[in-house]
Amino acid sequence: MNRKTQLAEDDLQAYVDGRLDAARRAEVEAWLLQHPSDASRVAAYRQQNDALQALFNPVLNEPLPLQMYPQARHRNFAQPLRYAAMLGGMVLSGLLGWGLHGAEKSRQPPMAAMVRQAALAHVVYTPEMLHPVEVGREQEQHLVKWLSKRLGSDVKPPHLAEAGYELMGGRLLPGSQGPAAQFMYQDARGLRLTLYLSNKPADKGEAAFRYAQEGKVSVFYWIDGDLSYALSGEVEKADLLRVATAVYQELNR
Amino acid sequence: MDAVITEQIPRLRRYARALTGDRSSADDLVQDTLERAWGKLHLWRRGSDMRAWMFSIMHNTFINHIRKKQLDAVSMDDEALEIPTRATQEDALQMRDLSSAIGKLAYEYREVILLIGLEQMSYEEVAQVLGIPLGTVMSRLSRGRERLRNIMAGESAPMLRRVK
Repeated sequence: MNRKTQLAEDDLQAYVDGRLDAARRAEVEAWLLQHPSDASRVAAYRQQNDALQALFNPVLNEPLPLQMYPQARHRNFAQPLRYAAMLGGMVLSGLLGWGLHGAEKSRQPPMAAMVRQAALAHVVYTPEMLHPVEVGREQEQHLVKWLSKRLGSDVKPPHLAEAGYELMGGRLLPGSQGPAAQFMYQDARGLRLTLYLSNKPADKGEAAFRYAQEGKVSVFYWIDGDLSYALSGEVEKADLLRVATAVYQELNR
Repeated sequence: MDAVITEQIPRLRRYARALTGDRSSADDLVQDTLERAWGKLHLWRRGSDMRAWMFSIMHNTFINHIRKKQLDAVSMDDEALEIPTRATQEDALQMRDLSSAIGKLAYEYREVILLIGLEQMSYEEVAQVLGIPLGTVMSRLSRGRERLRNIMAGESAPMLRRVK
């Protein structure tokens, strides 16, 4: 291969990618008129670029999986919790001696994993402008059918208009007890709450309302039937309790 | 600071999807890339090109996944052993087969073709991201595109060259 054809090959590629200045572009075009086999290569390569864009550009608009958000980094998110647990453990063992240490460990709140996942899903998805939900409320029937099928039990979003919140829609999420669901609500001011549902752990029975704080997020959680529920919001405890009560009543109507 | 990384994720996912041809391997690749990037963020020079930095981390992670056999990929060095599969007529016609055609390319070609054709990086950026000379980028681009064309055309006999 002599120097001239080698040059032409790099220029041909750069021509495909639109990276030549006007003068060299004209040279390449003149060459292509004389060399139909190179012209058909150029056409094929351009088609490759176009096809790649057409095939893979939709990935750009897919909602990100939960674990790809920086908030999901274990270290970041769990830190306050872990410190609190450590501090609690230290105070206890200081007062009562090391004898209680093991007992304290096994008495970890049973629903902690579910609560954390719910709060995490809340902080990740509520700020979304474009994709706050996967399926919007205009397709509520479909949403109910889909999520019920994936969770393996009847899942439906409670209507909370009386409490001042409108359903926006919902999404499917990974959870420690298999697939989980999140419904999102918004009030007139644009404040968002999320209701997270997952299958209850096998060893747990029904449970009354409990309250937890995860960072800035307040969570009320309970078990009803086969499902555990967590209502999350960045609101006052009393306000959240009012809505949690409405959720419970609405689901048991 | 995390925002500068998060901003790159959709592009990384697009590239990874094309590179691995499979949603879950792609997201594993992205996830591992992110873990590394988060851990090394203090090494990133403020004001330098975040996209190039992230893509070079992804390149290293990708090579690692291949070495650890988490990903199946043929290298240029293995090509002599490669047994060409004959694509069907339908294959050549349907666009989703572009994805499987890319999968038949040695990964060194795949990376160059995708960074340029999909990610639209300049040739110099690609050289930087992959840590190879510009001339190597150009020769991989030229060979890779021609191979991809042949695969898409259904491996028509006269194009089946094994010479390097």
